[in-house]
Amino acid sequence: MTETSQSTENGRKPHGGSLMTLSKRTARRNAAEKRFQIYGIAAIAVGLLMLIILVSTIVSRGVGAYSQTFVTLQVELLESKLDKSGTRDLEKIKKVSTFGYAPLIKNAFSVKLEELGIQSELSAKEQAAILSKSAPAQLRDYVIANPDKIGETIEFRFLANGRVDGYMKGRVSRESIANDKSINAEQLDFVDILVVNDVIEKTFNLDFITGADASDQRPEAAGMGVSMIGSLFMMLVVLALALPIGVAASIYLEEFAPQNWLTDVIEVNISNLAAVPSIVFGILGLAVFINYMHLPTSAPLVGGLVLTLMTLPTIIISTRASLKSVPPSIRDAALGVGASKMQAVFHHVLPLAAPGILTGTIIGLAQALGETAPLLLIGMVGFIASNAPDSLASGLMSPNSAMPAQIYEWAKRADPAFYERAWGGIIILLVFLITMNTVAVILRRRFERRW
Amino acid sequence: MSFVKLSASALAIAAVSATAAAARDQVQVAGSSTVLPYASIVAEAFGENFDFPTPVVESGGSSAGLKRFCEGVGENTIDVANASRKIKDKEIAACAENGVTDIIEVRIGYDGIVFASDINGNGFEFTPTDWFLALSDKVLVDGALVDNPNKTWADVNAAFPAQPIQAYVPGTKHGTREVFEDKVILAGCEATGAFEALKAANGDDKKAAEKACISLRTDGVSVDIDGDYTETLARIESNKDGIGVFGLAFYENNTDKLQVATMSGVVPSTESIATGEYPVSRPLFFYVKKAHIGVIPGLKEYAEFFVADEIAGPDGPLAEYGLVSDPELAETQAAVSDEAVMGGAM
Repeated sequence: MTETSQSTENGRKPHGGSLMTLSKRTARRNAAEKRFQIYGIAAIAVGLLMLIILVSTIVSRGVGAYSQTFVTLQVELLESKLDKSGTRDLEKIKKVSTFGYAPLIKNAFSVKLEELGIQSELSAKEQAAILSKSAPAQLRDYVIANPDKIGETIEFRFLANGRVDGYMKGRVSRESIANDKSINAEQLDFVDILVVNDVIEKTFNLDFITGADASDQRPEAAGMGVSMIGSLFMMLVVLALALPIGVAASIYLEEFAPQNWLTDVIEVNISNLAAVPSIVFGILGLAVFINYMHLPTSAPLVGGLVLTLMTLPTIIISTRASLKSVPPSIRDAALGVGASKMQAVFHHVLPLAAPGILTGTIIGLAQALGETAPLLLIGMVGFIASNAPDSLASGLMSPNSAMPAQIYEWAKRADPAFYERAWGGIIILLVFLITMNTVAVILRRRFERRW
Repeated sequence: MSFVKLSASALAIAAVSATAAAARDQVQVAGSSTVLPYASIVAEAFGENFDFPTPVVESGGSSAGLKRFCEGVGENTIDVANASRKIKDKEIAACAENGVTDIIEVRIGYDGIVFASDINGNGFEFTPTDWFLALSDKVLVDGALVDNPNKTWADVNAAFPAQPIQAYVPGTKHGTREVFEDKVILAGCEATGAFEALKAANGDDKKAAEKACISLRTDGVSVDIDGDYTETLARIESNKDGIGVFGLAFYENNTDKLQVATMSGVVPSTESIATGEYPVSRPLFFYVKKAHIGVIPGLKEYAEFFVADEIAGPDGPLAEYGLVSDPELAETQAAVSDEAVMGGAM
């Protein structure tokens, strides 16, 4: 202590010592700051770790859905089975159900084994059981599309049964099927022989990305394609309705509406709506769109309308925020040179606010894309294996699922092969969400102006 | 803005035209999650073999499905309700109130309910008595009704290991729950003599005694699963002591994770259920709204296809998946083609 460090008027001790050496209190404050930074870094590290665990789990479990086991066989399309009359009359050919095609496949197996010189103990039925149940349907579709090919021998690439596929991917082993009734160890031996002879191979599975849902007996044939189209149509509806309505509402509220209790009430309620759980919109959709307006159930149009309700508040709030961020000087200048209020808004304010509006819209859409709860109530969650729609109207009207609903549906099913597909579906959904969010970020970076 | 205008008006036109011509052309099905796999197998094969679109099959439980079924007649209501139990009189009355009077009942076959635990855990050989003693709210000890004191399976039956009792049973909205109560808990209740005691305690009221029998303990030992069997399986995977109630078909698809317990000495299988040896089985149904036949294209064809020999017969895909085919399938087929409605009237 030196002379200068005497008590001051208010009785507090002044800072003692040199500025170069830290007092106890400063050291404590600095330590607190250090600690806080460490907490922050730890929080981020935990977050990142969770993200890494999440993404790596999804990828490691889901990547299997993108490869699939196929069996290549030459099938003789016997006229005696498929077209007894020999007239190639499509109506008569259609009479033969998929059950009538099963013998052709058994036949194809015995021909193949003879050609390779393999003896097998298995019955023809057990041999054919390594194929997916979708194989006869695949044959039938082909024959109906090409009736002139009856009588010829055509090479087909059939899906292997889900259990066989699991065996090729290491999910199914001889131990795990000990009590399994749908496949036995001899059939796996048979698969091994066919793998050596290049009859069975595992390749990339485009059908998972483009195909439709399949029933519980054929997980190997299930795909995301049709539900992806369902999601696409819903997003079209949301975009076409929520964007114009949302933007018009926010422009009016922000630029034209008088400030009174009524607009205050509306404003508060828009914020409230943004916080309403999405299932509520589902119940509303069921009551209004299906029961009152008699729109079809399970249709992407109804799904889109429900999600529009859900997305509107998000779009209105973000649009109003970006309109607010345009400085008043722009409006004043426009009005000053004689523009009408509407000209000032549409020629000057709106273009400047557009990047913010688009970002908000895209984020709202991404949120709607991942939504399942409201779809439960309007019949879009279930076994919906319709074909890909052929027109805008059928895309909107014919029953369809959506990506998250399809994932939920698969996760519920008994066969473990569906579990893999659920994870595979999550990968597709994530790719969509990340793409949309990236576009939003890029738009903001590119076009946003700061004042 | 013109693109937005264009698409908005196109959408409005599409919506209006659809409302005007809203002829639904696919069959709409909802109900039991036990029947769902069978219904989806049939729906898929139906879509492949007919020119009609593939029916849409939703799940949600027997009660939920029947409730939607009874909401009324019209294109915005479902055509078929799947159920893992018979429709109740109360539900028929609710249906009639909303104008759904002519209902065709179709029994598709039988399904077993199995008790399964983790594959690496202890094996069990149950009797209904064991389950009653393990899960009931009140049990008989030395002639007096007391709150269930049993903590481990060894308390229930000296032959069992001292594994804590933890059961995952289907929630009340599932049809499976009712079968579990009737064929297991109630049977055990009667076998232990608790039924008589409860009847005496309730003033000789049989209904009240039955109700008291099937009330399960609420101390966390018995957990209601409102979701699907996948949820039950996940619970067992996380708690190796757990024993779950499953459908036979679900168990057969997950034999690598589950081991099945015998009931009264019988191993559940499609054969032992078909012969009636395995006691815990129940018929599966679907209900068709007769008023929709001829309005919704393909509805009758779907119902007929469902019970056709090549589908629901003993060698059909449904039997392969785990359904025990109905020995009286021919009569069901005739009833469906005659559109015979419930209540005996043809």
